[in-house]
Amino acid sequence: MIADARLPLSSVVTLPRKSLDEVELHMSTEGVGSARTAQPPAKSSSEEQIYVASQWRLMWWRFKQHKLALVSTFIVLFFYIIAIFAEFVSVTNPEDFSALYKNVPPQLPRFIDAEGNFHLRPFVYGLVLDRDPVTLRPRYKLDTSKMYPIYFFVRGAPYKMWGFISADRHLFGLSRDVTDMKLFLFGSDRLGRDMYSRVVYGARISLSIGLVGVILSLVLGILLGGISGYYGGNIDLAIQRVIEFLRSMPTIPLWMALGAALPPKWPPERVYFGITVILSLIGWTWMARVVRGRFLALREEDFVMAARLAGSSELRIITLHMVPSFLSHIIATVTLSIPNMILSETSLSFLGLGLRPPAISWGVLLQEAQNVQSVALSPWLLMPGLAVVIVVLAFNFMGDGLRDAADPYSR
Amino acid sequence: MLQYIIRRAILAIPTLFVISIVSFILIQLPPGDFLTSYAANLAATGEQASAEQLRLLKEAYGLDQPVYVQYVKWIWGVLHGDFGLSLEWRVSVASLIWERMALTVALSLFTMLFTWFLAIPIGVYSATHQYSAGDYLFTFIGFLGLGVPAFMIALVLMWVAYSWFGMDVGGLFSPEMKTAPWSMAKVVDLFKHLWIPALIIGMGGTAGLIRTMRANTLDELHKPYVMTAAAKGLKHRTLIWKYPVRVALNPFVSGAGLQLPDLISGGTIVSVVLSLPTAGPLLLHALQSQDMYLAGAFVLLLSALTVIGTLISDIALAWLDPRIRYG
Repeated sequence: MIADARLPLSSVVTLPRKSLDEVELHMSTEGVGSARTAQPPAKSSSEEQIYVASQWRLMWWRFKQHKLALVSTFIVLFFYIIAIFAEFVSVTNPEDFSALYKNVPPQLPRFIDAEGNFHLRPFVYGLVLDRDPVTLRPRYKLDTSKMYPIYFFVRGAPYKMWGFISADRHLFGLSRDVTDMKLFLFGSDRLGRDMYSRVVYGARISLSIGLVGVILSLVLGILLGGISGYYGGNIDLAIQRVIEFLRSMPTIPLWMALGAALPPKWPPERVYFGITVILSLIGWTWMARVVRGRFLALREEDFVMAARLAGSSELRIITLHMVPSFLSHIIATVTLSIPNMILSETSLSFLGLGLRPPAISWGVLLQEAQNVQSVALSPWLLMPGLAVVIVVLAFNFMGDGLRDAADPYSR
Repeated sequence: MLQYIIRRAILAIPTLFVISIVSFILIQLPPGDFLTSYAANLAATGEQASAEQLRLLKEAYGLDQPVYVQYVKWIWGVLHGDFGLSLEWRVSVASLIWERMALTVALSLFTMLFTWFLAIPIGVYSATHQYSAGDYLFTFIGFLGLGVPAFMIALVLMWVAYSWFGMDVGGLFSPEMKTAPWSMAKVVDLFKHLWIPALIIGMGGTAGLIRTMRANTLDELHKPYVMTAAAKGLKHRTLIWKYPVRVALNPFVSGAGLQLPDLISGGTIVSVVLSLPTAGPLLLHALQSQDMYLAGAFVLLLSALTVIGTLISDIALAWLDPRIRYG
């Protein structure tokens, strides 16, 4: 690495770009080295890379340093990919019920059978129903004499991808010829529906409601925050009052009341939209605060003054000069508010005031886990909750990294 | 100081006014008016509301008059302690809410003290032992507290207590105390049960407070006055707790006001899961059965509570920090 740095300037430019941590390490070893051997050109070349890098590149270098944020980004992407291809990733139709397989515990795919033989292809054992001798509750026992291999890209329940592409391939599942067994990776609920497929389908609504809600609050926030910060004066005062008022409201009771006011006859799509509107009603205030703060700071900057003197219109100044310079902050704020949206939807639906079955979201699925008895009998009903926790944490870490990266010049 | 308190209190009045309007709108939201629902509700149980009774109720609530008259009648009643009639329970709303509101206040205050009690020492520890194993551990727990919704923690805790220890962590009283009249023994019993919901509700808030306390203390630790005090030979523990921590506490007090809406919010949903005798479960029930005067009263009181809490925390901050008083 040091050898690289000592190359003439022209050759360094053609080298692949280095990450910021490499560059920094570079500079620090350099510093010691140059004090002893005094080789000034090398130092300027590595610094040059930082000087010529665009702001977005600097942010990327900074973001890459935050390893947890980087990993979290992949986790978030992973979940969104699952949500997009829910039909394909799921094992079966989420509404498929079966009286034979109620409250089946999760089945782990196995590689080693009862005799200790290793199988490259994962498999699950068959299930036999019997009764607990004490409580007489039905329970399932593994039937180790029957093995059902799990195949990838298997043909299974037919579906319509995104509502218009007919297909029947699934990412994995049991062979279609198997009729006496079903695959329940996360177990099944009281109607014998596959929890895994339901969690996968639930991701679609739970994850998208966060995005749609945030976009809605973003539009409101940029509009009102922008007006507030750009014009100042009485308009600013009025908008700030409104924000303070909304902030001082306890959100859950308010949301509960609004959620309950959605007519029960509404079709699921309309309820979905209604819920996003309700959630954005408070959500925009955070966005507006950030936008306003940025506007206030940028309004006094020289480049804005220069644009104004050059005769640019207000709209042009805002969209071409101001917005790009605080876009990164907006992105960070957006990322940090998505998990709140997801949590709010989950809470509302959990209480039965948000989305309602037959819509499937993680909150709706968690309704099944509302009383202790059912959770004690089938703890796997909490699986959607685990999904919520993972996504929310990943979003938080990702947003944390983005927030640090949004201002790459600060140390 | 008095001037500041008065000025701040006057500012809260328009907020309370808007809250009352929002609550009234919520009452009006469901289709049909109160009387038709009331008559239908009576009919469902086989009773008949007499025309005379309906006419009296109509007059009392001004249902044949424009909306703003209804609002004035309603808010006038509220100011005199009359929140209207509960559709479902057939008693006045006022007789249903006060005990639950009192318990809600007790739970929220207790949770707040509880989170402070946890967050301050942990935050200071994390700051003085920056990047130590303990610091990382608390940071991790903190993030977990932020990411896991309160009702999930409540569910998991209930499940664990139920299936491993055979314990029921729901409720705020022991079974034999539930219907007992208020006495010293009942209060003691309450405090025995209060800490579990307080821990659950406070989890998310504590995480945030630990971060704030840690950052604030870190800012102060490297200031020259700390170094001077250390150089003069002040004992480490005395030094930390006497100077930097006290300065770091200021943003804490102002944060208390912002913490309140979250506490009330979180408390509502957690108390539904744990079926606590606080406002949450009854509010949910009222909303589900469209018992709107009851629901409206809860929304109004819970919101008013947060506004008053914010007011108190602002005043406390002014009392602590003269810069705000005279700013």
